[in-house]
Amino acid sequence: MSDESVPTPGTDEFVKGLWRENPVFVQVLGMCPALAVSNTARNALAMGLATLFVLVGSNLVVSSLRHFVPRQVRIATYILVIATFVTVVDYAIQAISLDLHKALGAFISLIVVNCLILGRAEAFASRNHVGTALLDALGMGTGFVLALLSLGAVREILGSGSLFGVPLFHEGFQGWVVMILPAGGFFTLAGWLLLFNWLRERRATRLAALEPVGATGGGR
Amino acid sequence: MSAAPPGEQPRVWPMYRAMVGVGLMCGLLIVGVFQWTGPRIARNRAEALERAIFQVLPAARSSTTFRLVDGERFEPRGEGDAADSLVHAGYDAEGELVGLALEGRGMGYQDVIHVLFGYAFADETVVGIRVLESRETPGLGDRIETDPGFLANFDALDVRLDESGSALAHAIEPVKPGEKTEAWQVDGITGATISSVAIANILDQSAAFWIPRIRARLDDFRGAQP
Repeated sequence: MSDESVPTPGTDEFVKGLWRENPVFVQVLGMCPALAVSNTARNALAMGLATLFVLVGSNLVVSSLRHFVPRQVRIATYILVIATFVTVVDYAIQAISLDLHKALGAFISLIVVNCLILGRAEAFASRNHVGTALLDALGMGTGFVLALLSLGAVREILGSGSLFGVPLFHEGFQGWVVMILPAGGFFTLAGWLLLFNWLRERRATRLAALEPVGATGGGR
Repeated sequence: MSAAPPGEQPRVWPMYRAMVGVGLMCGLLIVGVFQWTGPRIARNRAEALERAIFQVLPAARSSTTFRLVDGERFEPRGEGDAADSLVHAGYDAEGELVGLALEGRGMGYQDVIHVLFGYAFADETVVGIRVLESRETPGLGDRIETDPGFLANFDALDVRLDESGSALAHAIEPVKPGEKTEAWQVDGITGATISSVAIANILDQSAAFWIPRIRARLDDFRGAQP
């Protein structure tokens, strides 16, 4: 296996996860926690940060050990590393707030099977330097946090009339209950995907219009 | 990452070395974090339990924890005593016993649910419930903690004993949402059927175990307020 990829500018490794390759809105990865625990902004932020921590930790270790781990046992090793960081974050959340731990329920443990994390370990961290893998994890993790926060904020505002528990409307406000139920996760995700795809299409059209006649290559 | 050339058997030693090495490193990290966060988690749990006791026994102003000894009598829990078979007695401002907070555990939809419920002596009812630990599905199963209609089941749930004093007069019975007609029945939650039935069953088992023993030894709790 070729060990090192062609170096790319560090900022691009970070920025790509925020928008161009956003794990939720573009790659549509990690849907289980994205839909299940984004019923409030607080839960969404906590789950996003927990995933970011696991992603950064596992990418760092996998990248550091890429010359040490034989190809045949790489997936088992990655799962071991990811499960360790999930256990660490589980203990940390219990130490910070038991209420938050209760709110996130089984989905903390399920970070282990979040395909975003195993995907970055296998596709990126195992083939790149530690620094590049760190930037990739930070970018993808931050993109995941922003995506969950976007879902959680919309669902909490429409479903409960509050944001981070702070009421936004008058006392008589009747929340749209479906938004804090699982169906609301799908509705909100559909809305965000529609917006993202519309923005990407519009950008592609504008770039195509700016290119000189006869030039090749698309800009997204 | 190293790989064996095509047609050549992969060497086993590097695989063992990698798996054992990474496993050892992961184990040490988990043990280290557990040691570091353990006392803080235990303190958080104790504080949450303390808050829950006063929530399920609103009339209580102080509490003392008792331990069931030899399956029949209760003694105040001492330092270093095991953390099982415990009940929490609540006392009002005058030091009178107002009720007990009892724990119950049972299987929910995803994992074990751990609840605390208040038992009031005066009218022999459950007067409140708090879920201490659960991993029920957010938005669905976790409504056992937040649904006002479901929680109203436990404002005055009948747990009287029968004439012999050794069993509940009526087992706590889960029913479909809106079909509750008796004071010992628990209305379920649409969309969280398994979790709500689990709560009723946990309460039934825990009440059937604790309440006959408590009623038989009420004097153990009197005069033991802190």
